[in-house]
Amino acid sequence: MLEIKNLHVKLEEEDKQILKGVDLKVGPGEVHAIMGPNGSGKSTTSYVMSGRDGYEVTEGEVLLDGENLLEMEPEERAAAGLFLAFQYPVEIPGVGNMTFLRTAVNAQRKARGEEEMSSTEFLKEIRAKAKSLKIDSDMLKRPVNVGFSGGEKKRNEILQMAMLEPKLCILDETDSGLDVDAMKLVSDGVNALRDGKRSFIVITHYQRLLDHIKPDVVHIMSNGRIIKTGGPELALEVEHNGYADLLAEVEGA
Amino acid sequence: MKRAELKQRKLDATSARVEGMSLPAGAPWADALRQDALSRLLAMGLPQARDEYWRWTRPDTLISDVPTPAEVFTPTEAPVFSGLDRIKLVFVDGVFDAEASDALEGEGLEIMRLTDALSSDIHWVKDAYGVQEKKAQDPVERPLATLNTAFATDGVVIRATGKVAKPVSLVYLHKSETSDAILHHVIRVEEGADLTVLENGPAAARFNKVMEVEVADKAGFHHIRAQGRDHERRAVTHVFATIGRESLFKSFTMTANGVLTRNEVVIDIQGDDSMAHVAGAAMGDGDFHHDDTVFITHDAERCESRQVFKKVLRNGAKGIFQGKILVKAGAQKTDGYQISQGLLLDEDSQFLAKPELEIYADDVACSHGSTVGAIDEEALFYLRSRGVPTGDATDLLTLAFLAEAIEEIEDETIAEDILSRLEGWLKRRRRT
Ligand SMILES: Nc1ncnc2c1ncn2[C@@H]1O[C@H](COP(=O)(O)OP(=O)(O)OP(=O)(O)O)[C@@H](O)[C@H]1O
Ligand SMILES: [Mg+2]
Repeated sequence: MLEIKNLHVKLEEEDKQILKGVDLKVGPGEVHAIMGPNGSGKSTTSYVMSGRDGYEVTEGEVLLDGENLLEMEPEERAAAGLFLAFQYPVEIPGVGNMTFLRTAVNAQRKARGEEEMSSTEFLKEIRAKAKSLKIDSDMLKRPVNVGFSGGEKKRNEILQMAMLEPKLCILDETDSGLDVDAMKLVSDGVNALRDGKRSFIVITHYQRLLDHIKPDVVHIMSNGRIIKTGGPELALEVEHNGYADLLAEVEGA
Repeated sequence: MKRAELKQRKLDATSARVEGMSLPAGAPWADALRQDALSRLLAMGLPQARDEYWRWTRPDTLISDVPTPAEVFTPTEAPVFSGLDRIKLVFVDGVFDAEASDALEGEGLEIMRLTDALSSDIHWVKDAYGVQEKKAQDPVERPLATLNTAFATDGVVIRATGKVAKPVSLVYLHKSETSDAILHHVIRVEEGADLTVLENGPAAARFNKVMEVEVADKAGFHHIRAQGRDHERRAVTHVFATIGRESLFKSFTMTANGVLTRNEVVIDIQGDDSMAHVAGAAMGDGDFHHDDTVFITHDAERCESRQVFKKVLRNGAKGIFQGKILVKAGAQKTDGYQISQGLLLDEDSQFLAKPELEIYADDVACSHGSTVGAIDEEALFYLRSRGVPTGDATDLLTLAFLAEAIEEIEDETIAEDILSRLEGWLKRRRRT
């Protein structure tokens, strides 16, 4: 499904290397968690995958079902099935949430040569999905993320994900800013999308989320590299002991 | 050069300009009003590039003896407003076309051609023609409006006496490459009445238009206009409005293309508890030059005014906004809002704004803001990451930028029509 090979990334504007050889393989239907100290490069990895400006890939590649993502425009990557739930969702004044989602759904369908979704079908789907995420119709009408609370923004990301039905979902700290109930809602939303084929990369600092969305594999990222990979127990270890031991282990090696 | 010398030059240029022009003849009272306007014009002079009020817009092509020719553009799609049930009045190169127009009548309406009104004895027109134009010369001179009062060759006078169901739709066709049109409309909305006036079309190679509107107490006036797409046309327009008590005045203008447009709106709110909203959405390309100059005076209590002007500029286009809110002493509880924004789609374009507030009352809430910027890269990436291609995403953000102005159109059908025109304009300019 996804293969990141030896990814090296520096900032375009500065001579600053951020990713220093990331390797990651995610199979169909798998859930991978990425944890790691602040500033270790987790968000950068997800931004580079989705094609944000400002980064320069100096080495390595990213393949989604064998296709080289790095050669595509951001919108092409989305149409190819990549979805990033942003750590900091963007506010877009003047663009209604509903219009935004419909434009996105149909743009992707068009790019894939599929038929556009009719407005009735779209309305039916979005209403049902919004309801399960407790997003009221008022939030659907309002401009994208404008005036949304932190938790509402995150739920809105999951709604988009549910509507766009991507192959690979990256959730960048979707749990931050969520209260206990919202965490449950969001996790249920994500779990509902698990169908044995769709894959997930869950970036998080907390074990809490992983109680709800059970990962198959846990990676620890530090200083632009994945320094350790293990099973769900690795997240528990981080929860109890922090990163110090892990980092020391790598440095010692 | 000394001031006196400059002024003299200006006056000489003005006399030279009007020398070959003759005042249209009508009833004696009308001739006197025109003569008065001419005298006022000769005393103040036509605008010059050095005038502060014309700092950013060159008036020379608006005052030259002959207009710069403008190619006639023939759009393929149906003109704006054509789907509406309306009273359509057509002017071709500034001349009323009775054949192409609907009958000058409607429920709750009195409509007459200006030339007919100025040749007869209609008391309310006698007290209205050029009156607001004259009053609006203080504190800032607006000589092109005075020129209009003196020389206007056509137009309509409209009196609304009740809630008028059908909008009066003024359609300005441009057929001659060298036409020079001067139109003057006089509108009175009587107490309790409600009227919608639509305007669309390029009108002429050069167009000078004045609309004087008097909104009595508890009355409503809605104005929506779409200025023509003929790129080479030039226009200077003035809307003068006086507003009574508990009344509503709304004016929205869409401008797409035009090498020169200067739209002045001068509003005097005289009655308590009234509302005046003026908005504009302009989009232009290349040598597009668009100037909104607005002056709103609050001379009554508890009134609200809004100025919302947005301009989308690309390929070196230029947008200007000069907007003022004047709150007179005693105009307590005034709520004044003004926003002017330029969206530059490239680095060659330019947006210049001069927002002004002058307040002599102590219990008021006035705010103004002006911004200029490019498409928000964060928002653009967010949209693209959801699969929306760059072009569509840029258009979506551009329309979002204009949304606050378009929201000022109350009628949803008209708002949608206007929105689709703006979308069309953007689509036609897609590079990819
Ligand atoms: N555009 C940028 N300009 C400057 N520095 C950047 C930029 N993008 C990333 N960085 C730097 O790269 C490093 C990695 O950042 P990144 O956001 O990927 O970390 P992270 O692992 O997601 O951290 P967190 O857990 O705090 O979200 C940080 O030191 C950050 O400051
Ligand atoms: Mg991060």
